[in-house]
Amino acid sequence: MSERIKKATRQTNQNEGLIFEKSSPGKRAFELPPLDVPAADPAKALGEAHRRGGVEGFPEVSEIEVIRHFTRLSTWNYAIDLGMYPLGSCTMKYNPRVNEFVARLNGIATEHPYQPQELSQGCLKVLQLLEKCLLEITGMDAITLQPAAGAQGELTGLLLIRAHHTKNGNPRKKVLIPDSAHGTNPATAVIAGYEVENIKSNAEGQVDLAHLREQVTPDVAALMLTNPSTLGIFEQQIPQIAEVLHAKGALLYMDGANMNALAGITKPGDLGVDVMHLNLHKTFSTPHGGGGPGAGPVAMKKILEPYLPVPVLAEKEGGRLALDFQRKDSIGRVRAFVGNFGVLVRALAYILAYGPGLRQATEDAVMNANYIRKGLEDAFDLPYTKPSMHEVVFSDAIQKKNGVSTMDIAKRLIDYGFHPYTTAFPLIVPGALMIEPTESESIEELDLFIDAMKSIALEATETPDLVKTAPHTTRVRRLDEVGAARKPILRWKPSGKRSEAAD
Amino acid sequence: MSYPTQFRYSKDHEWIEVKGDVATVGITDYAQSELGDVVFVEMPAVGTQVVTGKSFGSVESVKAVSDIYAPASGEVVEANGGLKDKPEAINTDPHGTGWLIKMKLANPAEVAALMDAAAYETYIAEKKKEASA
Repeated sequence: MSERIKKATRQTNQNEGLIFEKSSPGKRAFELPPLDVPAADPAKALGEAHRRGGVEGFPEVSEIEVIRHFTRLSTWNYAIDLGMYPLGSCTMKYNPRVNEFVARLNGIATEHPYQPQELSQGCLKVLQLLEKCLLEITGMDAITLQPAAGAQGELTGLLLIRAHHTKNGNPRKKVLIPDSAHGTNPATAVIAGYEVENIKSNAEGQVDLAHLREQVTPDVAALMLTNPSTLGIFEQQIPQIAEVLHAKGALLYMDGANMNALAGITKPGDLGVDVMHLNLHKTFSTPHGGGGPGAGPVAMKKILEPYLPVPVLAEKEGGRLALDFQRKDSIGRVRAFVGNFGVLVRALAYILAYGPGLRQATEDAVMNANYIRKGLEDAFDLPYTKPSMHEVVFSDAIQKKNGVSTMDIAKRLIDYGFHPYTTAFPLIVPGALMIEPTESESIEELDLFIDAMKSIALEATETPDLVKTAPHTTRVRRLDEVGAARKPILRWKPSGKRSEAAD
Repeated sequence: MSYPTQFRYSKDHEWIEVKGDVATVGITDYAQSELGDVVFVEMPAVGTQVVTGKSFGSVESVKAVSDIYAPASGEVVEANGGLKDKPEAINTDPHGTGWLIKMKLANPAEVAALMDAAAYETYIAEKKKEASA
């Protein structure tokens, strides 16, 4: 009896083992046709040193076992295609299928980067059109599409700034960064060879101008401003900030990761920004679950154009497009070929599908965040009350009184069928709940989310233990995240050595 | 947890204890409670010159990676190797076995300018009030 039950539970997709554990010697998922040429001795033909022996631990499985294994694993995933994914700061918006359709067109999907430029005019045209669209949206003068992600875009931007100051005789020493910036900003500045100086936000989550005037000394190279900030608040004094910097020869970098709150409404180029990056995988809807690939184009004002990474897309006589490598002040290449082309194509498809409707996408994203804010402001503490843009940041101050933290609420949200919001970030809000619905969600879905959050707030008062031990409806219960971080098991070992690995 | 009276404390929540010409540095109980479970510590090599107010390493918790700022200047003479396998000592015993580095002070007078236990307790009481306001 017990043997039968064991077998039954093993058959369900809730108990999927590793592919290595399914292996049995000699099993295979292919059948070669009979040899129709004379057999050769590989050792003799290639030399004994080049003959491959067996691969130790390589799983030997049948085709259907491989298919079932990965299909079962795929059902454990949570994705935007299953439900709302309000992971603040990450902009998990829907990836329209038209993007995929366009990226799979023969003339695009089958092109090769080593193809002669004369035969790649169509692809170069795609890049040129995307450049024009992004320059129009940002209000900047020049752009590179190369960087592979936001953080690489930031580094590219700071290298441009460094090249500019170096050309003027002194690369300068410091980069100023507000405490409401993205965490990648300080890391970028350090990698670019700068010292980071923190700017404290005032009680309203804005930069303190009087304090800033004292901080901008002649050795400040730039200020990196995330706008809207990680508090989901628009920095209203951005033209004044730019003025303070420019008066001392310093430049203003804008982290444009939150451009989905501005696109079609205001242009950073008009606000005094000198250089910025965009996250095409966020604002422009290309897929980015699981780490990418992304694209982080960097747009800039004229003064930084001479330092653009090579190659630069140039229009020659007769409208022919070419990649220009001869630029003496260039910071060099930052990414192979022209960047993540497939991502760039999808972003262009999104922009063209919306056209002027991009403005409405932005307005909807802002409205959705404010709808959630209004729906939850009685249940959760709102530490910064300035108007919210594309996301809203609450704190767990009310629930903390019953010992329930932002992490507990996020875990409980899984039981209600939602992906958790972002927990404990931004750091300037202790116990933060960072919620970003994006423009993709309907009012019905938003209402479901608000109801779930209100219900959890109630549980936090009446049955706090239920929240503190969540999730309860998932395949595995709450995981030991601390143990996993302190003593990670990074490599699977066959069962004989298993206990040693688990120690 | 009480704050030892023989320690001095910085505004960045590090403690320092001077014995002879060697000082021991760690993070305070308040700092560890704010960070949450510590999972990894990055420390300077012996011989590194640390400078007051500048970062000399970092503490990674499940929430975030935070810089550790030197409460005084000097040369690192020992780093707490035990934290490699047991970073949780910072949570369980921040003022004892969870110490971070021992250093030779460049200017011992710097330490006297830091807060004593009573002043530090007032300082963190203010912080807690701010957070719950």
